[in-house]
Amino acid sequence: MSNAESRIKETITNNDVVLYMKGTKMMPQCGFSSRVAGVLNYMGVEYADVDVLADDDIRQGIKDFSDWPTIPQLYVKGEFVGGCDIITEMMLSGELDQLFEANSVAFDKDAADKIREANA
Amino acid sequence: MAMQAQEIEALIRKAFPDAQVTITDLAGDGNHYAAEVIDESFRGMNRVQQQRAVYAALKGRMDGPSGELHALALTTKAP
Repeated sequence: MSNAESRIKETITNNDVVLYMKGTKMMPQCGFSSRVAGVLNYMGVEYADVDVLADDDIRQGIKDFSDWPTIPQLYVKGEFVGGCDIITEMMLSGELDQLFEANSVAFDKDAADKIREANA
Repeated sequence: MAMQAQEIEALIRKAFPDAQVTITDLAGDGNHYAAEVIDESFRGMNRVQQQRAVYAALKGRMDGPSGELHALALTTKAP
């Protein structure tokens, strides 16, 4: 196992929700990362953010790990959920709420409903 | 660096000959596209599997800082 792979496994095992992104949750450096971080922040989800721009090994390693060529990448309970387009679709359809509920991840349901109302 | 919409469509069509493919140039800069791909082969796959298949068709064009495509917003579904 490569060093990057073992570090990724450790991170997604030790944190229920992890977002690999460009920049940080407080200061995203790309619109797509910003959109997913914004959804999680607004929903009040507790998650670990990993800035791939700060670490070239992880930047490539996370793409190899998930067989997915783009950043951001969201992991819940060690499972890859998707990138920006998938998370957006799941947010709007309510599937993201269901995924969090099924995995006992706390979030603000009212905030989630507000995002859907604003995008209806 | 930039890629033409027709090029993207051709690559996707090669992998999914019967798919309904719609490419939209989001910013008019040849670098930010949206692609909708509707194909029978997606039936029974989850979104991650569907979009992995489309990325595979694009053969690494999305990859790395030197990737030709910075942004391709994907929507995939079965008809």
